[in-house]
Amino acid sequence: MYRYDEIDQRLVDERVVQFREQTQRFLAGKLSEDDFRPLRLRNGLYIQRYAPMLRVAIPYGLLSSNQLRTLAHISRKWDRGYGHFSTRQNIQFNWPKLEEVPDILAELAKVQMHAIQTSGNSFRNITTDHYAGVAPDEIVDSFVWCEVLRQWSTFHPEFSFLPRKFKIAVNGAKADRAAIFLHDIGLQAVRDTAGNVAFHVSVGGGMGRTPIVGHVIREYLPWPHLLTYLEAILRVYNRYGRRDNIHKARIKILVKARTPEKFREEVETEWAHLKDGPATLTGEEVRRIESRFTRPKYQRLPGDDAGHLARLAAEPGYAAWAKRNVFPHKVAGYSAVTLSLKKTGVPPGDATADQMEAVAALADHYSQGELRVSHEQNLILADVLQSDLHALWIQAKALGLASPNIGMITNIIACPGGDFCSLANAKSIPVAQAIQERFDQLDYVHDIGELDLNISGCMNSCGHHHVGHIGILGVDKNGEEWYQISIGGNQGLTRPGAPAALGKVIGPSFARAQIPDVIQKLIEVYLKRRDSEEERFIDVIWRTGIEPFKEGVYGTHHQRQERRNRSLEPA
Amino acid sequence: MALIIKDRNVVTDPWNRLELKADGSVPRTPATGDIIVPLAMWREQRAHLLVRPGRIGVWLDSHEEPAAIAEDLRIFGVVAVNFPKFGDGRGFSTARLLRDRYGWKGELRAVGDIFRDQLFFLASCGFDAFVLREGEDPREALAGFGVFSESYQASVERPQP
Repeated sequence: MYRYDEIDQRLVDERVVQFREQTQRFLAGKLSEDDFRPLRLRNGLYIQRYAPMLRVAIPYGLLSSNQLRTLAHISRKWDRGYGHFSTRQNIQFNWPKLEEVPDILAELAKVQMHAIQTSGNSFRNITTDHYAGVAPDEIVDSFVWCEVLRQWSTFHPEFSFLPRKFKIAVNGAKADRAAIFLHDIGLQAVRDTAGNVAFHVSVGGGMGRTPIVGHVIREYLPWPHLLTYLEAILRVYNRYGRRDNIHKARIKILVKARTPEKFREEVETEWAHLKDGPATLTGEEVRRIESRFTRPKYQRLPGDDAGHLARLAAEPGYAAWAKRNVFPHKVAGYSAVTLSLKKTGVPPGDATADQMEAVAALADHYSQGELRVSHEQNLILADVLQSDLHALWIQAKALGLASPNIGMITNIIACPGGDFCSLANAKSIPVAQAIQERFDQLDYVHDIGELDLNISGCMNSCGHHHVGHIGILGVDKNGEEWYQISIGGNQGLTRPGAPAALGKVIGPSFARAQIPDVIQKLIEVYLKRRDSEEERFIDVIWRTGIEPFKEGVYGTHHQRQERRNRSLEPA
Repeated sequence: MALIIKDRNVVTDPWNRLELKADGSVPRTPATGDIIVPLAMWREQRAHLLVRPGRIGVWLDSHEEPAAIAEDLRIFGVVAVNFPKFGDGRGFSTARLLRDRYGWKGELRAVGDIFRDQLFFLASCGFDAFVLREGEDPREALAGFGVFSESYQASVERPQP
């Protein structure tokens, strides 16, 4: 856990004072709605369908139990007793009152939290692998680099009014669990043979209206140059990114228009001026930041816990949970545990104040007082003794947080959708629930195996539908809610040979009531076509293409042609 | 004369900033007085402007390249950068380039849609003069410089972070 120093705390406190003053000017009529909008947005405050929505930053998803208790308290005092964990590893409150937001921010500042730059055309929360620091395939501890970037990107004077929002992800492990190729900038840590840290830099990835997989523009950037190189990228973007059309303003459009090669050249030219300048990182600076992280204290254990292994063999329910929700740890005798916020019947990512407090207690008892929020909208206890796993499972089950569905079809990623968001074309939560209900049989879900199903209520794709193995997108047809299905997306290189990919639309869209049937048909095609249980849904799509799946849903090409012809005949 | 902020004081502005006419053509030059001209006018009437009595400054719009005036900087009494809209942040980079790359040491003023909530960032990027938009009180706006007492980044004001 990063602990604020005096400067970090002062900046957050001063931001509260500034925002309180801006809100007062707005409420007193001294600041117009047009002027206040960008000011409140860069503090995470949207005006939503029913009320303002406040998005609170959880830097790189890392949270202390104490902070989680404050979030629970805020949700009770100023909201309706729950919060929504987002795909940007943040938390959103859907019902605060505008005039009370400064008080909420003051409460957050007491536990080293804030809502700075959680929306607006500025740098957003830096995200990373939710197993950072504990993963067996770790290359570097990405939290330290995320904190370097958090500080650099907070109130950056030159880049506070960018053409559009800007998202950076860092991955410090071999497997990409941070979807780095779907970010404005993706940083993959590497080490040379001497152990020196460098970054592989990709740029121009993203979802939204124009989904693009990012382009690598630098294979090897030694860490001292990290910030000067990013400044070069940002300066080219700030100066030449489009500002005339909000839908063409992300850096991916600039990279595409210039071509990645040309863009790279421009960045290199700019970097030649900035390289070795004042923003160059020093070992001292990185060590200073590193030293402000508290570190888990591990017991020395010989290996896997015997009691845990024995229970796995004896208790199928426990084994099913452990198979799906327990992840290996780099330290012998420890595991990382995912507490699922994807229980059937509950909007994905939602947690009540009671649950938050209970999870805080679990974190204190089992995981050294810390937890992480994953971009898949679950909570992770990263440092659990294997000998505690069974007790933790029992308690998590009682709290409704032990659905053994991580990586499964029912671990749905979904945005808040039309139930809350004023941008949405369609609702997402009822669709997620209908699918979860259809696939409520655990054995069946486990037979289907690994499958990411993601739902977005509109093209802004907050629910990451483009990278779902199955993606569902809400679309508006003459004022009615319809849903378009795509398949074959993948969030990142989570295993060798399976890079980030964007899904392909299978055909015409469906009414909400049809969705569970359509998903079931896709699953049936998969089960019929797979060559073994090892071959995942996504692997079959990559092997066969989408045609067999299309056929399974819409009929054969011939049947589709016939249907089209019939519909064209005069009645 | 209008009141502006210069070096964190409210002062009267000796400069008269000219704008292109609605059809894009160059306006008439006043016979005397200190003037800030748009880039297009500087390019078109350079010889005439150089012999005219009174000091000369130039202003860049948000899309215009600071490189375009890099060679001429020693001639100017002031360089201004326009922010046509509050959210258009290109001028911040323009300022950094003028200060860091082209070595402009004289007055750098922000003009256009400027009010107190940008002043802290503008000053960090090297602006030292600010012409606020209509209706803003420069005395009240001075508070905008003090919103943050620290910064994570190296800036023109403070080269080491």
